[in-house]
Amino acid sequence: MIAVEITKMLRRPRTWVTIVMLNALPTLIAILLALTDIGPRPGEGPVFLSSVLSNGTLFPLAALAVILPLFLPVAVAVIAGDSVAGEAQSGTLRYLLVRPVGRTRLLVAKLAAIFVFVLLAVVVVAGVAYVVGTNLFGAAPVASSVSGTTLTNSQIAVRTALAIGYITLSMLGVAAMALFLSTLTDSPLAATLGALAFLIASSLLFTLDAADALSPYLPTRYWLAFADLFRDPIEWRDITRGIALQGVYVGVLLSAAWANFTTKDITS
Amino acid sequence: MIHTTGLTKSFGQILAVDGIDLDVREGDIYGFLGANGSGKTTTVRMLLGLVLASSGEIEVLEQRMPKRAKVVLPRVGALVEGPGAYPHLSGRRNLALFDAAGVGGTRSSRGSRIDAVLEQVGLGGVDKRPVKAYSLGMRQRLGLASALLRKPELLILDEPTNGLDPQGIREIRDLLLALHAEGTTVFLSSHLLAEVEQLCTRVGVLDRGRLVLQDRLDTLTAPTGNSVVRTPDADRAHALLDGRVLNKDGDRLTVTGTDASTLNALLVREGIRVSELGPDRRTLEQVVLEAATNSGSDRMPAVSG
Repeated sequence: MIAVEITKMLRRPRTWVTIVMLNALPTLIAILLALTDIGPRPGEGPVFLSSVLSNGTLFPLAALAVILPLFLPVAVAVIAGDSVAGEAQSGTLRYLLVRPVGRTRLLVAKLAAIFVFVLLAVVVVAGVAYVVGTNLFGAAPVASSVSGTTLTNSQIAVRTALAIGYITLSMLGVAAMALFLSTLTDSPLAATLGALAFLIASSLLFTLDAADALSPYLPTRYWLAFADLFRDPIEWRDITRGIALQGVYVGVLLSAAWANFTTKDITS
Repeated sequence: MIHTTGLTKSFGQILAVDGIDLDVREGDIYGFLGANGSGKTTTVRMLLGLVLASSGEIEVLEQRMPKRAKVVLPRVGALVEGPGAYPHLSGRRNLALFDAAGVGGTRSSRGSRIDAVLEQVGLGGVDKRPVKAYSLGMRQRLGLASALLRKPELLILDEPTNGLDPQGIREIRDLLLALHAEGTTVFLSSHLLAEVEQLCTRVGVLDRGRLVLQDRLDTLTAPTGNSVVRTPDADRAHALLDGRVLNKDGDRLTVTGTDASTLNALLVREGIRVSELGPDRRTLEQVVLEAATNSGSDRMPAVSG
């Protein structure tokens, strides 16, 4: 069933349009930087972008930092919000369930397909950014870490792979939220917008000093912690907290989705 | 094949299905009749485990539903409230995905099974165009193909001829009869009396959530023991047969007794012209209208007083 869901996802034109759009902004930024040669000063703008001008191999990280706060979660919310509600709307949900596909199995397969989508999107963005970055800015043999020490290119490669994994896991909270809402409504749009509201609320509370007590529990709290992978030595504290937090969100929301979906009358 | 006891479903305050006892036997073509909104679709959805019953029990293929859905449903083919397909994929690809989704249905035979069912429903020559370019009738046929993919023992079809032209309706009827001849039991819900009358061996009539009638079609429409006479000389015939005429409607008389030849001889001897003479049968329409007090559940008359 997981394979069927992944096939369905890959055969949808929308999946690929979304991935192309995710690449558009980082590529535009790279071109602008190359043309003007004006990088943001260190410490300003998205992480890593200031170092890109001297070393193109860092551009994949800059590109991920660009799409991470908004574009990637929006794409995840669109795909995940559509997962069950979209089937309900197109009238295919009832035919899947009488095939029969167990309701629990369907939910798990949907979440797995979303995970594959995020991984695919992040890998493609990183790959495209690598090609764009090294062509426009050239590749330096060594790069300086966030801590100021130097990292070799193979170290950068390993840590970029880790960052891709971390970013993919970071999206699971939003994905589970959208999936849960998707079992509540027969409208994919409503589920997507609900998940976005959840995301925006989290980002907003994060910036509010009065909400400091909540901040360790916000799903977006540790998203940018992937930069810690480029410290020397790697700073694992926020990374592990980030993964644990996403795990809790997935656990709670997936249980809620399961409780709702398995006892629901399918009238679509 | 399908057996329910006291099956009930309420949505909030509204009682959609009210304690029905369905009895569909092996080898039946069962016509499940009812006006729009009488609860047919809700019942069908409960049989398939899509809607969960408020109370009552369901057995499909001698197994409890929805508890044993995993065992029961692979042996059932279903079409519920119109077909459903992924619009951006071809019909063939849609069938392959649905087949791969559930247990059973080996991968090696998938291609040939898909070709066979597409041929069966009259889509054998279908090309690679996506389902969104299909007409309503083609989608309906595709839905039927999907139901037939696993060679089910029981077909549960909700309004299977929706959207088809008269030619298509005939083709589907012939297909269902052929499947029935091969041993498939068919449960067919419809609001089209003619469709049910031509196809079914047993009927159940649902009226505002209650099963008001369930019997063999040939029993329901059996001769009533009376004869029907059509004659241009209706008044004279009425006078002649006084006491035996049950009903006079224009040139149509309903007369007690089944002995048509004696009756004919009697009328002709008196010089009464007979244009038609035969046994009196009730039509399914009469039966249904008698059983269902309110034929239009989607009608909402204002309650006065």
